[in-house]
Amino acid sequence: MRFMMMIYPGIEESEWQPDAETVAAMGKYNEELTRAGALLALDGLHAASKGARIVYRDGQRTILDGPFAESKEVIGGYWIIQAKSLEEAMEWAKRVPSDGNMMLEVRQIFEMSDFPAEVQEAAQLSQTPPNQTSA
Amino acid sequence: MAAPDVQRTVDAVWRIESPRLIAALARMMRDVGVAEDLAQDALVAALETWPQSGVPDNPGAWLMATAKHCAIDMIRRDGRLRDKQEQIARDLAAQLALGRSELDAVGQQIGDDLLGLIFMCCHPVLGTDARVALTLRMLGGLTTVEIARAYLVPEATVAQRIVRAKRTLREARVPFEVPSGDELAPRLASVLEVIYLIFNEGYAATVGEDWLRPALCEDALRLGRVLAELVPREPEAHALVALMELTASRTSARTGPGGEPVLLLDQDRSRWDLLLIGRGLRALDRAQRLPGPLGPYGLQAAIAACHARARRAEETDWLRIAALYDALAMVAPSPVVELNRAVAVAMGFGPAAGLELVDALAGEPALARYHLLASVRGDLLERVGRADEARAEFERAAALTGNARERELMLARARACQSRRRASRAPAATRC
Repeated sequence: MRFMMMIYPGIEESEWQPDAETVAAMGKYNEELTRAGALLALDGLHAASKGARIVYRDGQRTILDGPFAESKEVIGGYWIIQAKSLEEAMEWAKRVPSDGNMMLEVRQIFEMSDFPAEVQEAAQLSQTPPNQTSA
Repeated sequence: MAAPDVQRTVDAVWRIESPRLIAALARMMRDVGVAEDLAQDALVAALETWPQSGVPDNPGAWLMATAKHCAIDMIRRDGRLRDKQEQIARDLAAQLALGRSELDAVGQQIGDDLLGLIFMCCHPVLGTDARVALTLRMLGGLTTVEIARAYLVPEATVAQRIVRAKRTLREARVPFEVPSGDELAPRLASVLEVIYLIFNEGYAATVGEDWLRPALCEDALRLGRVLAELVPREPEAHALVALMELTASRTSARTGPGGEPVLLLDQDRSRWDLLLIGRGLRALDRAQRLPGPLGPYGLQAAIAACHARARRAEETDWLRIAALYDALAMVAPSPVVELNRAVAVAMGFGPAAGLELVDALAGEPALARYHLLASVRGDLLERVGRADEARAEFERAAALTGNARERELMLARARACQSRRRASRAPAATRC
């Protein structure tokens, strides 16, 4: 099973300035995940204020550029890990170094076998995917 | 926290912590069996204590301290005290007094302990089944029940295998150490073999109704990744990881809606797992950057990479795959490699060329009861238009395989031969 651990730093985005100590602690944690064979992927995200949103309301599409009002509740990055249970993923999440103010969310990643047969059928794409799907 | 929640949390902690816990204890006690018993004692203590006290902030350190107390008790309780053991007890007591945890030790010590444990569990003095069971138990953090379920054998069988394996290791006085010099290569080969066996049992189950046991593949992948980080200068360790990641990337394309197997060239490649393909290609790259030519796992990973890179089956670079199989036949000759080489040659140079190589394998005693030989030969015969012989081979393959899903596939192909033969009575019909 795969889980995504998402980190919400819990401080104003403008204050996201990790110091060397924080980065070193995170690096050590990531190495521990790697050494345990549990880490599949990870990424840190640029500030949401530098991103943009597309919002649909009653069929109306609005494009919003950052910054956004609720700048404390935005995702800052994620890990994808392999674990046998939510509890195991939570054990890894508990070990993420914290400065005292943040939130971690752990969610299981869907696998094809989680879907009923007719959904799997619908997911059956073309045998010849278009060129742009290959990097 | 309710009791079942604590149980699940303890299980999770155990899976993460038990390998290095057992490894450190094995070094201290000079005995893997004793180390595992002590770790189990600590686990039982956790199950008794944590529901009341809550799970400690550093559960690994808690387990280690508890296991050390158990070790001291055990040594003191044992009537046949020897000086050496008394010394171990004094060391442990001193460490506990200082509040030192082995798990806080620098990475090097933990790494050496884990490697020592891996080499011990995969020691050639043990039979294959024992090595697999011990490795899953001590390094994979699996319970006896889980191992039994994965291998469809009674729990008692697995328990007995583990008990016997521990006894064998003790009687053979296998030292707890990382082999060096000339000894390293064969010992490492034994470790890689065990991990790959576990992976293959998950990927192409040899018994039972299910064709795939993904959990076992994940266990093997995890073990492989751990090993590769412990021996980063060993190309074959990275190559094995690459081979497993690339092979596992095809998992969800490998079975159809009814659970039936879908062969590589018929798979919907949009279902291949790009995350695992990327990881596999990077691991192969790591193996290739290390000095020396590719070994058996490296060559197999390079072949898997050829498939992974082909967006469509028709884009597969069969000439390169045939060349890689040529190299593989040199470094690790086996009838099975020959058979795969024949398939690649058939794809690169036509079915008749492949059939020639397959027919040369017909008298090979090692393949006499190998269902894939019959299935490949059936396929090539079908493609050169010898439908009757093809049907007979598919039927033979169906009779030889122990896997129910695979048997159905073979019988379906045999039936298809028959109907196609009727259809091909039309004069102009040619197919290859």
